[in-house]
Amino acid sequence: MSAVNLTFVHAKYSLLETARVPIAVISALAFPALSLLFFVVPQRAVAENPLWATQAVISLSVFAVLANSLFSFGLGIAENREKPWDPYLRTLPAPGISRVLGHLFSTGAIAIAAIIPVVVLGALFTAAEASWWRVLLGLVALAASALPFMLLGICIGYSMPAKAAIAVVQVVMFGLAFGGGLFLPPEIFPDWLESISRFLPSRHAREIVVWAVQGGELETWAWVGWLCWTAVTLTAALVLFRRDEGRRYR
Amino acid sequence: MSTDGTAMNDLLARLDHVTRRFGDVTALDDVSLDIRPGQIVGMLGPNGAGKSTLLTLVQGLRRASSGTVELFGGSPQDARNRRLLGCTPQATALPETLKVGEVVDFVGAHFESPVPRDELLAEFGLTELERKQTGALSGGQKRRLSVALAFVGRPKLVLLDEPTTGLDVDARRVLWDAIRSQHDRGATVVITSHYLEEIEQLAERVVVIDRGRVLEDDSLGNVLGRVSLRRLTLESDFIAAIGELPGVVGLETGPAGLSTLYSQDSDALVARLVTSGIPFRNLSVRGATLEEAFLTLTERETV
Repeated sequence: MSAVNLTFVHAKYSLLETARVPIAVISALAFPALSLLFFVVPQRAVAENPLWATQAVISLSVFAVLANSLFSFGLGIAENREKPWDPYLRTLPAPGISRVLGHLFSTGAIAIAAIIPVVVLGALFTAAEASWWRVLLGLVALAASALPFMLLGICIGYSMPAKAAIAVVQVVMFGLAFGGGLFLPPEIFPDWLESISRFLPSRHAREIVVWAVQGGELETWAWVGWLCWTAVTLTAALVLFRRDEGRRYR
Repeated sequence: MSTDGTAMNDLLARLDHVTRRFGDVTALDDVSLDIRPGQIVGMLGPNGAGKSTLLTLVQGLRRASSGTVELFGGSPQDARNRRLLGCTPQATALPETLKVGEVVDFVGAHFESPVPRDELLAEFGLTELERKQTGALSGGQKRRLSVALAFVGRPKLVLLDEPTTGLDVDARRVLWDAIRSQHDRGATVVITSHYLEEIEQLAERVVVIDRGRVLEDDSLGNVLGRVSLRRLTLESDFIAAIGELPGVVGLETGPAGLSTLYSQDSDALVARLVTSGIPFRNLSVRGATLEEAFLTLTERETV
Protein backbone atom coordinates (compact mmCIF):
# COMPACT_ATOMS: atom_id res chain seq x y z
CA MET A 1 0.00 0.00 0.00
CA SER A 2 1.36 3.43 -0.89
CA ALA A 3 1.68 6.19 1.68
CA VAL A 4 -0.98 8.21 -0.18
CA ASN A 5 -3.56 5.41 -0.06
CA LEU A 6 -2.83 4.78 3.60
CA THR A 7 -3.31 8.48 4.32
CA PHE A 8 -6.86 8.26 3.00
CA VAL A 9 -7.48 5.00 4.85
CA HIS A 10 -6.51 6.64 8.14
CA ALA A 11 -8.54 9.78 7.36
CA LYS A 12 -11.59 7.67 6.50
CA TYR A 13 -11.61 5.60 9.68
CA SER A 14 -10.79 8.60 11.86
CA LEU A 15 -13.84 10.40 10.41
CA LEU A 16 -15.96 7.29 10.81
CA GLU A 17 -14.97 7.00 14.46
CA THR A 18 -15.79 10.67 15.10
CA ALA A 19 -19.09 10.46 13.21
CA ARG A 20 -20.26 7.59 15.43
CA VAL A 21 -20.32 10.01 18.38
CA PRO A 22 -22.84 12.54 16.99
CA ILE A 23 -22.58 15.01 19.87
CA ALA A 24 -18.88 15.60 19.14
CA VAL A 25 -19.64 16.43 15.52
CA ILE A 26 -22.65 18.60 16.33
CA SER A 27 -20.81 20.74 18.89
CA ALA A 28 -17.85 21.19 16.56
CA LEU A 29 -20.24 22.30 13.82
CA ALA A 30 -22.50 24.50 15.93
CA PHE A 31 -20.03 26.39 18.12
CA PRO A 32 -18.64 28.88 15.54
CA ALA A 33 -22.09 29.53 14.04
CA LEU A 34 -23.55 30.25 17.49
CA SER A 35 -20.66 32.63 18.23
CA LEU A 36 -21.56 34.58 15.14
CA LEU A 37 -25.25 34.70 16.08
CA PHE A 38 -24.58 35.83 19.66
CA PHE A 39 -21.59 38.13 19.31
CA VAL A 40 -21.63 39.62 15.83
CA VAL A 41 -25.23 39.73 14.58
CA PRO A 42 -26.58 41.75 17.58
CA GLN A 43 -23.84 44.41 17.18
CA ARG A 44 -25.51 46.35 14.40
CA ALA A 45 -22.58 48.79 13.96
CA VAL A 46 -20.45 45.84 12.89
CA ALA A 47 -23.13 43.71 11.29
CA GLU A 48 -24.37 46.49 8.99
CA ASN A 49 -20.92 47.53 7.77
CA PRO A 50 -19.99 45.28 4.80
CA LEU A 51 -16.20 45.58 5.37
CA TRP A 52 -16.31 44.90 9.13
CA ALA A 53 -19.01 42.26 8.91
CA THR A 54 -17.04 40.34 6.30
CA GLN A 55 -13.91 40.53 8.42
CA ALA A 56 -15.88 39.39 11.48
CA VAL A 57 -17.15 36.35 9.56
CA ILE A 58 -13.60 35.62 8.40
CA SER A 59 -12.16 36.03 11.91
CA LEU A 60 -14.72 33.62 13.38
CA SER A 61 -14.05 31.15 10.59
CA VAL A 62 -10.35 31.27 11.39
CA PHE A 63 -11.21 30.83 15.07
CA ALA A 64 -13.37 27.81 14.22
CA VAL A 65 -10.48 26.20 12.40
CA LEU A 66 -8.03 27.16 15.16
CA ALA A 67 -10.20 25.67 17.92
CA ASN A 68 -11.01 22.54 15.91
CA SER A 69 -7.38 21.91 15.01
CA LEU A 70 -5.96 22.45 18.48
CA PHE A 71 -8.60 20.33 20.20
CA SER A 72 -8.74 17.55 17.63
CA PHE A 73 -4.97 17.22 17.40
CA GLY A 74 -3.71 18.41 20.76
CA LEU A 75 -6.25 16.66 22.91
CA GLY A 76 -7.09 13.85 20.48
CA ILE A 77 -3.49 12.71 20.10
CA ALA A 78 -2.69 13.08 23.79
CA GLU A 79 -5.72 10.91 24.63
CA ASN A 80 -4.94 8.34 21.95
CA ARG A 81 -1.40 7.97 23.21
CA GLU A 82 -2.83 6.82 26.52
CA LYS A 83 -5.03 4.18 24.87
CA PRO A 84 -3.49 0.89 23.77
CA TRP A 85 -5.11 1.03 20.30
CA ASP A 86 -2.65 3.70 19.23
CA PRO A 87 0.50 1.64 19.89
CA TYR A 88 -1.13 -1.18 17.95
CA LEU A 89 -1.64 1.06 14.92
CA ARG A 90 2.05 1.92 15.12
CA THR A 91 2.95 -1.74 14.60
CA LEU A 92 1.14 -1.71 11.22
CA PRO A 93 3.25 -1.05 8.14
CA ALA A 94 2.16 2.57 7.70
CA PRO A 95 4.79 5.31 7.57
CA GLY A 96 4.42 8.06 10.18
CA ILE A 97 3.52 10.64 7.58
CA SER A 98 0.38 8.70 6.56
CA ARG A 99 -1.00 8.73 10.07
CA VAL A 100 -0.22 12.43 10.56
CA LEU A 101 -1.73 13.43 7.20
CA GLY A 102 -4.74 11.17 7.68
CA HIS A 103 -5.60 12.89 10.94
CA LEU A 104 -4.97 16.23 9.21
CA PHE A 105 -7.50 15.52 6.46
CA SER A 106 -10.20 14.22 8.78
CA THR A 107 -9.92 17.27 11.05
CA GLY A 108 -9.82 19.52 8.01
CA ALA A 109 -13.05 18.02 6.72
CA ILE A 110 -14.85 18.67 10.00
CA ALA A 111 -13.42 22.19 10.25
CA ILE A 112 -14.58 23.04 6.72
CA ALA A 113 -18.02 21.69 7.59
CA ALA A 114 -18.03 24.00 10.62
CA ILE A 115 -17.26 27.04 8.44
CA ILE A 116 -20.21 26.58 6.10
CA PRO A 117 -22.94 27.61 8.59
CA VAL A 118 -20.81 30.63 9.61
CA VAL A 119 -20.59 31.79 6.03
CA VAL A 120 -24.29 31.13 5.36
CA LEU A 121 -25.45 32.91 8.54
CA GLY A 122 -23.04 35.76 7.80
CA ALA A 123 -24.56 36.19 4.35
CA LEU A 124 -28.13 36.06 5.65
CA PHE A 125 -27.96 38.18 8.81
CA THR A 126 -25.06 40.59 8.32
CA ALA A 127 -23.90 42.91 5.58
CA ALA A 128 -20.92 40.63 4.92
CA GLU A 129 -20.45 40.24 1.20
CA ALA A 130 -18.19 38.48 -1.25
CA SER A 131 -18.69 36.92 -4.66
CA TRP A 132 -18.97 33.12 -4.74
CA TRP A 133 -15.50 32.64 -6.17
CA ARG A 134 -14.04 34.92 -3.48
CA VAL A 135 -15.71 32.75 -0.83
CA LEU A 136 -14.23 29.66 -2.47
CA LEU A 137 -10.81 31.31 -2.59
CA GLY A 138 -11.25 32.19 1.08
CA LEU A 139 -11.94 28.55 1.98
CA VAL A 140 -8.79 27.44 0.18
CA ALA A 141 -6.80 30.15 1.96
CA LEU A 142 -8.37 29.06 5.24
CA ALA A 143 -7.37 25.44 4.68
CA ALA A 144 -3.79 26.44 3.92
CA SER A 145 -3.56 28.91 6.77
CA ALA A 146 -4.84 26.28 9.21
CA LEU A 147 -1.79 24.05 8.67
CA PRO A 148 0.29 25.62 11.47
CA PHE A 149 -2.65 25.25 13.91
CA MET A 150 -3.00 21.57 13.17
CA LEU A 151 0.74 20.97 13.36
CA LEU A 152 0.91 22.94 16.60
CA GLY A 153 -1.85 20.70 17.96
CA ILE A 154 0.17 17.62 16.94
CA CYS A 155 3.21 18.98 18.81
CA ILE A 156 1.11 19.54 21.94
CA GLY A 157 -0.47 16.10 21.66
CA TYR A 158 2.85 14.31 21.39
CA SER A 159 4.66 16.26 24.07
CA MET A 160 2.33 15.99 27.08
CA PRO A 161 -0.33 13.85 28.76
CA ALA A 162 -4.02 14.53 28.06
CA LYS A 163 -4.71 16.38 31.30
CA ALA A 164 -1.92 18.85 30.61
CA ALA A 165 -2.95 19.10 26.96
CA ILE A 166 -6.47 20.33 27.86
CA ALA A 167 -5.00 23.26 29.78
CA VAL A 168 -2.30 24.09 27.25
CA VAL A 169 -4.71 23.88 24.30
CA GLN A 170 -7.08 26.36 25.95
CA VAL A 171 -4.35 28.84 26.85
CA VAL A 172 -2.81 28.63 23.38
CA MET A 173 -6.22 28.87 21.70
CA PHE A 174 -7.38 32.00 23.53
CA GLY A 175 -3.93 33.60 23.40
CA LEU A 176 -3.76 33.12 19.65
CA ALA A 177 -7.39 34.15 19.13
CA PHE A 178 -7.06 37.46 21.02
CA GLY A 179 -3.52 38.19 19.91
CA GLY A 180 -4.34 37.38 16.30
CA GLY A 181 -7.30 39.76 16.18
CA LEU A 182 -9.94 37.04 15.82
CA PHE A 183 -12.17 38.40 18.60
CA LEU A 184 -11.32 42.11 18.39
CA PRO A 185 -10.15 43.70 15.12
CA PRO A 186 -6.38 44.45 15.11
CA GLU A 187 -7.13 48.03 14.00
CA ILE A 188 -7.93 48.90 17.62
CA PHE A 189 -4.74 47.22 19.00
CA PRO A 190 -2.17 49.43 20.78
CA ASP A 191 1.23 49.52 19.06
CA TRP A 192 2.92 46.98 21.34
CA LEU A 193 0.15 44.42 20.85
CA GLU A 194 0.21 45.02 17.10
CA SER A 195 3.96 44.22 17.03
CA ILE A 196 3.43 40.95 18.88
CA SER A 197 0.37 40.12 16.81
CA ARG A 198 2.39 40.16 13.60
CA PHE A 199 4.39 37.16 14.82
CA LEU A 200 1.34 35.01 15.60
CA PRO A 201 0.07 32.35 13.16
CA SER A 202 -3.53 33.31 13.95
CA ARG A 203 -2.85 36.85 12.70
CA HIS A 204 -1.15 35.49 9.57
CA ALA A 205 -4.14 33.24 8.93
CA ARG A 206 -6.57 36.14 9.37
CA GLU A 207 -4.61 38.40 6.99
CA ILE A 208 -4.27 35.68 4.35
CA VAL A 209 -7.98 34.87 4.36
CA VAL A 210 -9.00 38.57 4.41
CA TRP A 211 -6.72 39.09 1.43
CA ALA A 212 -8.20 36.11 -0.40
CA VAL A 213 -11.77 37.27 0.19
CA GLN A 214 -11.54 41.07 0.06
CA GLY A 215 -8.50 41.50 -2.16
CA GLY A 216 -5.99 44.30 -1.64
CA GLU A 217 -2.37 44.02 -0.58
CA LEU A 218 -1.01 40.99 1.31
CA GLU A 219 1.74 42.14 3.64
CA THR A 220 5.02 40.27 3.27
CA TRP A 221 5.20 39.45 6.99
CA ALA A 222 1.89 37.63 6.76
CA TRP A 223 2.85 34.97 4.21
CA VAL A 224 6.50 34.74 5.29
CA GLY A 225 5.29 34.29 8.86
CA TRP A 226 2.84 31.58 7.75
CA LEU A 227 5.62 29.79 5.87
CA CYS A 228 7.96 29.92 8.89
CA TRP A 229 5.32 28.62 11.30
CA THR A 230 4.40 25.81 8.92
CA ALA A 231 8.02 24.75 8.45
CA VAL A 232 8.89 24.90 12.14
CA THR A 233 5.75 23.12 13.38
CA LEU A 234 6.00 20.45 10.65
CA THR A 235 9.59 19.68 11.62
CA ALA A 236 8.76 19.61 15.32
CA ALA A 237 5.70 17.39 14.70
CA LEU A 238 7.71 14.84 12.72
CA VAL A 239 10.50 14.76 15.31
CA LEU A 240 8.02 14.32 18.18
CA PHE A 241 6.11 11.66 16.25
CA ARG A 242 9.23 9.59 15.56
CA ARG A 243 10.48 9.93 19.12
CA ASP A 244 7.15 8.99 20.63
CA GLU A 245 6.85 5.66 22.41
CA GLY A 246 3.40 6.20 23.89
CA ARG A 247 2.73 7.59 27.31
CA ARG A 248 5.58 7.15 29.74
CA TYR A 249 4.85 6.56 33.38
CA ARG A 250 7.50 7.15 35.99
CA MET B 1 27.61 -14.07 13.44
CA SER B 2 26.92 -17.09 11.28
CA THR B 3 29.16 -17.78 8.32
CA ASP B 4 26.24 -19.44 6.55
CA GLY B 5 24.78 -16.62 4.44
CA THR B 6 21.42 -18.28 3.74
CA ALA B 7 20.77 -18.96 7.39
CA MET B 8 21.29 -15.28 8.21
CA ASN B 9 18.86 -14.20 5.52
CA ASP B 10 16.30 -16.60 6.88
CA LEU B 11 16.13 -14.91 10.27
CA LEU B 12 12.76 -13.29 10.83
CA ALA B 13 13.85 -11.35 13.87
CA ARG B 14 17.08 -11.02 15.75
CA LEU B 15 18.11 -9.42 19.02
CA ASP B 16 21.81 -8.92 19.50
CA HIS B 17 22.98 -8.04 23.02
CA VAL B 18 19.92 -5.90 23.58
CA THR B 19 19.49 -3.90 26.77
CA ARG B 20 16.51 -1.68 27.47
CA ARG B 21 16.26 0.58 30.50
CA PHE B 22 13.35 2.66 31.78
CA GLY B 23 14.98 5.22 34.04
CA ASP B 24 16.94 3.14 36.51
CA VAL B 25 14.90 -0.04 35.88
CA THR B 26 16.52 -2.49 33.49
CA ALA B 27 13.69 -4.28 31.69
CA LEU B 28 15.94 -6.27 29.36
CA ASP B 29 19.53 -7.07 30.22
CA ASP B 30 21.87 -8.10 27.38
CA VAL B 31 19.38 -10.36 25.58
CA SER B 32 20.34 -12.19 22.38
CA LEU B 33 17.69 -14.16 20.52
CA ASP B 34 17.10 -15.42 16.96
CA ILE B 35 13.64 -16.13 15.58
CA ARG B 36 13.78 -18.53 12.62
CA PRO B 37 10.94 -19.46 10.29
CA GLY B 38 8.64 -22.36 11.02
CA GLN B 39 8.49 -22.52 14.78
CA ILE B 40 6.01 -21.62 17.45
CA VAL B 41 8.13 -20.03 20.12
CA GLY B 42 6.65 -19.85 23.60
CA MET B 43 7.94 -17.11 25.83
CA LEU B 44 7.48 -17.81 29.50
CA GLY B 45 8.14 -15.62 32.49
CA PRO B 46 6.48 -14.06 35.50
CA ASN B 47 4.88 -10.60 35.34
CA GLY B 48 7.40 -7.86 34.77
CA ALA B 49 10.02 -10.30 33.46
CA GLY B 50 10.53 -8.29 30.28
CA LYS B 51 8.48 -10.34 27.79
CA SER B 52 6.29 -7.47 26.65
CA THR B 53 9.24 -5.09 26.47
CA LEU B 54 10.97 -7.58 24.18
CA LEU B 55 7.93 -7.70 21.88
CA THR B 56 7.60 -3.90 21.73
CA LEU B 57 11.23 -3.69 20.59
CA VAL B 58 10.59 -6.17 17.75
CA GLN B 59 7.42 -4.23 16.81
CA GLY B 60 9.39 -1.01 16.53
CA LEU B 61 7.38 0.66 19.29
CA ARG B 62 10.44 1.18 21.43
CA ARG B 63 14.15 1.46 20.79
CA ALA B 64 16.83 -0.54 22.53
CA SER B 65 19.02 1.39 24.98
CA SER B 66 21.93 -0.57 23.54
CA GLY B 67 22.39 -3.50 21.16
CA THR B 68 20.55 -4.05 17.87
CA VAL B 69 17.07 -5.32 17.05
CA GLU B 70 16.42 -6.51 13.50
CA LEU B 71 13.13 -7.40 11.86
CA PHE B 72 13.35 -9.10 8.43
CA GLY B 73 16.94 -7.93 8.22
CA GLY B 74 16.24 -4.24 8.86
CA SER B 75 15.09 -1.77 11.47
CA PRO B 76 11.65 -2.49 12.95
CA GLN B 77 11.14 1.28 13.04
CA ASP B 78 10.96 1.32 9.25
CA ALA B 79 7.35 0.66 8.19
CA ARG B 80 8.51 -1.36 5.15
CA ASN B 81 10.06 -3.97 7.43
CA ARG B 82 6.73 -4.47 9.20
CA ARG B 83 4.84 -5.59 6.07
CA LEU B 84 5.11 -9.26 7.06
CA LEU B 85 4.63 -8.74 10.78
CA GLY B 86 1.33 -9.47 12.52
CA CYS B 87 0.53 -8.16 16.01
CA THR B 88 -2.48 -8.12 18.31
CA PRO B 89 -3.89 -5.04 19.99
CA GLN B 90 -4.88 -5.47 23.63
CA ALA B 91 -8.48 -6.67 23.60
CA THR B 92 -9.61 -3.66 25.62
CA ALA B 93 -8.03 -1.34 23.05
CA LEU B 94 -10.34 -1.91 20.07
CA PRO B 95 -12.00 1.35 18.91
CA GLU B 96 -15.45 1.00 20.45
CA THR B 97 -17.43 2.86 17.83
CA LEU B 98 -16.11 0.92 14.83
CA LYS B 99 -17.84 -2.27 13.70
CA VAL B 100 -16.04 -5.62 13.63
CA GLY B 101 -15.98 -5.71 9.82
CA GLU B 102 -14.67 -2.14 9.68
CA VAL B 103 -11.80 -2.86 12.06
CA VAL B 104 -10.79 -5.86 9.92
CA ASP B 105 -10.95 -3.74 6.75
CA PHE B 106 -9.02 -0.90 8.36
CA VAL B 107 -6.15 -3.12 9.46
CA GLY B 108 -6.29 -5.17 6.24
CA ALA B 109 -5.91 -2.00 4.15
CA HIS B 110 -2.31 -1.79 5.35
CA PHE B 111 -1.26 -5.00 3.65
CA GLU B 112 -0.63 -6.02 0.08
CA SER B 113 -2.94 -9.04 -0.13
CA PRO B 114 -5.07 -9.18 3.01
CA VAL B 115 -7.13 -12.24 3.87
CA PRO B 116 -10.72 -11.58 2.64
CA ARG B 117 -12.86 -10.31 5.49
CA ASP B 118 -15.41 -13.18 5.37
CA GLU B 119 -12.70 -15.81 5.38
CA LEU B 120 -10.91 -14.32 8.38
CA LEU B 121 -14.11 -13.77 10.37
CA ALA B 122 -15.25 -17.33 9.69
CA GLU B 123 -11.96 -18.82 10.82
CA PHE B 124 -12.10 -17.02 14.16
CA GLY B 125 -15.83 -17.59 14.64
CA LEU B 126 -16.75 -13.93 14.24
CA THR B 127 -19.03 -14.07 11.19
CA GLU B 128 -22.21 -13.29 13.11
CA LEU B 129 -20.59 -10.28 14.76
CA GLU B 130 -19.49 -8.51 11.59
CA ARG B 131 -21.97 -5.64 11.96
CA LYS B 132 -21.58 -5.15 15.70
CA GLN B 133 -19.61 -2.26 17.15
CA THR B 134 -16.59 -3.62 19.01
CA GLY B 135 -17.78 -1.89 22.19
CA ALA B 136 -20.70 -4.37 22.25
CA LEU B 137 -18.52 -7.51 22.18
CA SER B 138 -17.87 -9.77 25.15
CA GLY B 139 -14.35 -10.17 26.51
CA GLY B 140 -13.81 -13.44 24.66
CA GLN B 141 -15.12 -12.04 21.39
CA LYS B 142 -12.84 -9.02 21.65
CA ARG B 143 -9.92 -11.32 22.31
CA ARG B 144 -10.74 -13.42 19.24
CA LEU B 145 -10.99 -10.30 17.07
CA SER B 146 -7.65 -9.03 18.40
CA VAL B 147 -5.91 -12.27 17.54
CA ALA B 148 -7.63 -12.41 14.13
CA LEU B 149 -6.19 -8.96 13.33
CA ALA B 150 -2.67 -10.34 13.69
CA PHE B 151 -3.31 -12.68 10.76
CA VAL B 152 -5.18 -10.39 8.35
CA GLY B 153 -2.03 -9.41 6.41
CA ARG B 154 -0.83 -13.00 5.79
CA PRO B 155 2.20 -12.37 8.02
CA LYS B 156 5.34 -14.47 8.18
CA LEU B 157 5.97 -13.54 11.79
CA VAL B 158 3.19 -13.16 14.35
CA LEU B 159 3.67 -11.83 17.87
CA LEU B 160 0.94 -12.76 20.34
CA ASP B 161 1.17 -11.19 23.78
CA GLU B 162 -0.87 -13.30 26.20
CA PRO B 163 -3.62 -14.00 23.67
CA THR B 164 -5.88 -16.06 25.94
CA THR B 165 -5.52 -14.45 29.36
CA GLY B 166 -8.92 -14.34 31.03
CA LEU B 167 -10.64 -16.73 28.62
CA ASP B 168 -12.52 -19.86 29.64
CA VAL B 169 -11.24 -23.27 28.56
CA ASP B 170 -13.48 -23.63 25.49
CA ALA B 171 -12.69 -20.18 24.14
CA ARG B 172 -9.01 -20.85 24.71
CA ARG B 173 -9.16 -24.06 22.68
CA VAL B 174 -10.90 -22.31 19.77
CA LEU B 175 -8.10 -19.77 19.67
CA TRP B 176 -5.39 -22.41 19.95
CA ASP B 177 -6.87 -24.28 16.98
CA ALA B 178 -6.94 -21.09 14.93
CA ILE B 179 -3.34 -20.26 15.85
CA ARG B 180 -2.21 -23.80 15.02
CA SER B 181 -3.93 -23.79 11.63
CA GLN B 182 -2.34 -20.42 10.79
CA HIS B 183 1.01 -21.86 11.77
CA ASP B 184 0.44 -24.85 9.49
CA ARG B 185 -0.03 -22.39 6.65
CA GLY B 186 3.44 -21.00 7.22
CA ALA B 187 3.27 -18.33 9.93
CA THR B 188 5.98 -18.31 12.57
CA VAL B 189 4.45 -17.46 15.91
CA VAL B 190 5.97 -15.99 19.07
CA ILE B 191 3.55 -16.30 21.96
CA THR B 192 3.93 -15.05 25.52
CA SER B 193 1.91 -16.65 28.26
CA HIS B 194 1.42 -17.20 31.95
CA TYR B 195 -0.11 -20.58 31.29
CA LEU B 196 2.18 -23.56 31.22
CA GLU B 197 -0.63 -25.51 29.57
CA GLU B 198 -0.87 -23.01 26.73
CA ILE B 199 2.84 -23.25 26.05
CA GLU B 200 2.66 -27.06 26.25
CA GLN B 201 -0.18 -27.10 23.72
CA LEU B 202 1.38 -24.77 21.19
CA ALA B 203 5.09 -24.22 21.49
CA GLU B 204 7.98 -26.19 20.04
CA ARG B 205 10.70 -23.99 21.41
CA VAL B 206 10.52 -22.28 24.78
CA VAL B 207 12.33 -19.17 25.94
CA VAL B 208 12.19 -18.50 29.68
CA ILE B 209 12.74 -14.90 30.72
CA ASP B 210 13.09 -13.52 34.20
CA ARG B 211 14.23 -10.10 35.38
CA GLY B 212 15.18 -9.12 31.86
CA ARG B 213 17.45 -12.10 31.23
CA VAL B 214 17.00 -15.22 29.14
CA LEU B 215 17.25 -18.13 31.60
CA GLU B 216 16.42 -20.93 29.17
CA ASP B 217 16.16 -21.24 25.41
CA ASP B 218 15.52 -24.83 24.48
CA SER B 219 13.03 -27.36 23.13
CA LEU B 220 9.70 -27.65 24.92
CA GLY B 221 10.48 -31.02 26.51
CA ASN B 222 13.82 -29.98 27.94
CA VAL B 223 12.49 -26.77 29.44
CA LEU B 224 9.41 -28.42 30.92
CA GLY B 225 11.61 -30.94 32.68
CA ARG B 226 13.49 -28.12 34.33
CA VAL B 227 10.64 -25.83 35.35
CA SER B 228 7.98 -28.34 36.27
CA LEU B 229 7.85 -28.72 40.04
CA ARG B 230 5.62 -30.66 42.43
CA ARG B 231 4.16 -28.90 45.42
CA LEU B 232 3.79 -30.84 48.69
CA THR B 233 1.96 -29.55 51.75
CA LEU B 234 2.14 -31.24 55.14
CA GLU B 235 2.22 -30.59 58.86
CA SER B 236 5.15 -31.61 60.98
CA ASP B 237 6.86 -30.55 64.21
CA PHE B 238 10.22 -31.29 62.61
CA ILE B 239 9.84 -29.26 59.44
CA ALA B 240 13.43 -28.01 59.48
CA ALA B 241 14.69 -31.58 59.29
CA ILE B 242 12.36 -32.32 56.38
CA GLY B 243 13.72 -29.27 54.58
CA GLU B 244 17.19 -30.81 54.80
CA LEU B 245 16.15 -33.90 52.84
CA PRO B 246 17.74 -34.27 49.38
CA GLY B 247 15.37 -33.28 46.55
CA VAL B 248 13.73 -30.35 48.38
CA VAL B 249 14.26 -27.21 46.29
CA GLY B 250 12.00 -24.87 48.23
CA LEU B 251 10.41 -24.65 51.67
CA GLU B 252 7.80 -22.27 53.04
CA THR B 253 6.34 -22.48 56.53
CA GLY B 254 2.79 -21.24 56.45
CA PRO B 255 0.32 -20.37 59.24
CA ALA B 256 -1.21 -23.07 61.50
CA GLY B 257 1.81 -25.33 61.14
CA LEU B 258 1.10 -26.07 57.47
CA SER B 259 4.31 -26.13 55.40
CA THR B 260 4.89 -26.18 51.66
CA LEU B 261 7.75 -28.01 49.95
CA TYR B 262 8.77 -27.91 46.31
CA SER B 263 10.51 -30.76 44.56
CA GLN B 264 11.19 -31.90 41.02
CA ASP B 265 10.51 -35.53 41.92
CA SER B 266 7.78 -35.74 44.54
CA ASP B 267 7.62 -39.56 44.47
CA ALA B 268 11.26 -39.91 45.45
CA LEU B 269 10.88 -37.22 48.11
CA VAL B 270 7.86 -38.89 49.70
CA ALA B 271 9.73 -42.20 49.74
CA ARG B 272 12.67 -40.54 51.49
CA LEU B 273 10.35 -38.78 53.93
CA VAL B 274 8.72 -42.05 54.92
CA THR B 275 11.99 -43.98 55.33
CA SER B 276 13.51 -41.12 57.37
CA GLY B 277 10.94 -41.77 60.09
CA ILE B 278 10.25 -38.07 60.68
CA PRO B 279 6.62 -37.76 61.86
CA PHE B 280 4.24 -35.76 59.64
CA ARG B 281 0.48 -35.34 59.00
CA ASN B 282 -1.92 -34.30 56.22
CA LEU B 283 0.39 -34.78 53.23
CA SER B 284 -0.96 -33.62 49.88
CA VAL B 285 0.81 -33.37 46.52
CA ARG B 286 -0.08 -31.41 43.39
CA GLY B 287 1.68 -29.87 40.43
CA ALA B 288 3.13 -26.45 41.14
CA THR B 289 1.75 -23.61 39.03
CA LEU B 290 4.12 -21.98 36.65
CA GLU B 291 4.41 -18.96 38.88
CA GLU B 292 5.27 -21.07 41.91
CA ALA B 293 7.85 -22.93 39.86
CA PHE B 294 9.41 -19.68 38.71
CA LEU B 295 9.48 -18.10 42.14
CA THR B 296 11.12 -21.18 43.64
CA LEU B 297 13.64 -21.65 40.85
CA THR B 298 14.67 -18.02 40.65
CA GLU B 299 14.97 -17.69 44.43
CA ARG B 300 17.23 -20.69 44.50
CA GLU B 301 19.48 -19.08 41.91
CA THR B 302 19.91 -15.83 43.78
CA VAL B 303 20.59 -17.46 47.15
